[in-house]
Amino acid sequence: MTIPPVPYAIAPDSAATVSAEEQQFNDLIAADSRIEPRDWMPDGYRKTLIRQISQHAHSEIIGMQPEGNWITRAPSLKRKAILLAKVQDEAGHGLYLYSAAQTLGISRDLMTDQLIAGKARYSSIFNYPSPTWADMGAIGWLVDGAAICNQVPLCRASYGPYGRAMVRICKEESFHQRQGFEILLELMKGTPAQREMAQESVNRWYWPALQMFGPPDDDSPNSAQSMAWNIKRFSNDDLRQRFVGMLVPQAEVLGVTLPDPDLRWNEEKGAYDMGEIDWTEFHEVLAGRGPANARRLQRRRDAHDEGQWVREAAAAYAAKQGVKAVA
Amino acid sequence: MSDTIEQDGHGHVDVDTVQLSAELVEAASVASHDVAEYALWLGDDSLVLAQNLGWWISRAPELEEDIALGNIALDLIGHARSLLHYAGAESGRTEDDLAYWRDEPQWRSAHLFEQPNGDFAHTIARQFIAAHYLFELYSALMQSTDATLAAIAAKAVKEVDYHRDHSIQWVLRLAQGTEESRRRMITGLSDLWPFVEELFVDEPLIDRLEGVAVRPSSLQASVLSAMFPVLAEAELEVPRGFISSGGGRRGDHSENLGPLLAEMQVLARAHPGAKW
Repeated sequence: MTIPPVPYAIAPDSAATVSAEEQQFNDLIAADSRIEPRDWMPDGYRKTLIRQISQHAHSEIIGMQPEGNWITRAPSLKRKAILLAKVQDEAGHGLYLYSAAQTLGISRDLMTDQLIAGKARYSSIFNYPSPTWADMGAIGWLVDGAAICNQVPLCRASYGPYGRAMVRICKEESFHQRQGFEILLELMKGTPAQREMAQESVNRWYWPALQMFGPPDDDSPNSAQSMAWNIKRFSNDDLRQRFVGMLVPQAEVLGVTLPDPDLRWNEEKGAYDMGEIDWTEFHEVLAGRGPANARRLQRRRDAHDEGQWVREAAAAYAAKQGVKAVA
Repeated sequence: MSDTIEQDGHGHVDVDTVQLSAELVEAASVASHDVAEYALWLGDDSLVLAQNLGWWISRAPELEEDIALGNIALDLIGHARSLLHYAGAESGRTEDDLAYWRDEPQWRSAHLFEQPNGDFAHTIARQFIAAHYLFELYSALMQSTDATLAAIAAKAVKEVDYHRDHSIQWVLRLAQGTEESRRRMITGLSDLWPFVEELFVDEPLIDRLEGVAVRPSSLQASVLSAMFPVLAEAELEVPRGFISSGGGRRGDHSENLGPLLAEMQVLARAHPGAKW
């Protein structure tokens, strides 16, 4: 019988054998303080964070594509500049998040390899296509809006580097949401064709945006542990409810209809009732059967493969410079 | 490979700063017909180059380069907007009227800026030449007797100085990195070099804009003498061979401009009169 290798430190099972360092970790969590990279942490905590932060980083990187699709065709120079700045911000967010994940002991190369091999997940929302200009508005308003609801509580996540990265990201995300809202507002003030374009796009993005909060609470296997570790602060359903509450008055200002006939204010609950979400579609897209999964990964893989010679050149040049500096 | 642009303040743009700078809008007198034509030369060069560079976002060899090329494109769009805004005032046209509603023969870009992205080495070769030219151009244009052009140049020169540095670093890395990167850099440079000469051709317009415009031929020595030491350090020879006959300033363009404009203008032209 062989003994399996022990990764990092394994948390003991019972309270009776709690080590000093684990006690310290538990105390920090109980006091709602921050865990830093050099602190001891349970293996599960580390793995959960690596999974969550790298998925988040991948989402930023893949998320560049549906909007990058319109940079060359943006209908005014001002919109072109804003869109370019926004997509570039997303690359920056990807970078901060990969750096945060690296503090947990995983390399950026490995994360990239996992992504392009199709082994890592990213937010399913980016597997939907962006066929019209109005999608630049709906993505900003609905997708970035949902992301903000998810991400603001993460600024208080117990892992320090993640929480701090999220503070910076959230500031920029609120600009992203605002510019999306502005695009839709301008379209809704425009010609009948522009108004139709805006409504059609909202119809397509509304339900996938609600799915971004994840499955209902009773079907979300990792949630309870993440909440106990102060990584997650609110449940999926709570955040979704909060998001819909934000959207309704904004939709009224825009003059768009949210495509849910069952959406109505519930006086007793003090919140909106909403229609059933089609979780079959969610699971289909998650399983790789969405409209653009293959295309998104192919683009990332092509960019990576076609850039290989450039990265090799930079590394070779840096090595030669290093030799010169030493000599 | 660490072009960490976000550290030097390039990385953040919000909705307000992508408006045209207030001082440019307010200070702008109405350009005469000739000055407007000259502003089109400069504005079209920047916009066409930005349009080409925008393609790289999400396709660059490294995330840092997605950000760097995006920043450069963003700076160039900013220059183009100021210049087209100024150029259009004379005829009552907006920057978008000029960007989206002119056909190919009405564009004034030089062929260099129209050249396709090619591989990363081609893009870098194009950037290397363009940024050196733009840096010398805007340095000289700061002395223009036209206050608006001088103000635009003073802002732009700082940004193209960074673009120049970015391209130099990459020329050195690619030329002295691996065998493959060196081969590609040599090809890229020799494919783009034929378009250098057009940048220094004086057109009759320039004779009418003494003190306002920068005479293109006057830039040749400074642009080349800035590029040659970099090529020497990279152990790259100055390419010899074809020289493009050019003609962009007169509306004679390379075959690349048509498709580039078709893509850029398609949505705007599908909705005449619409605001965005």
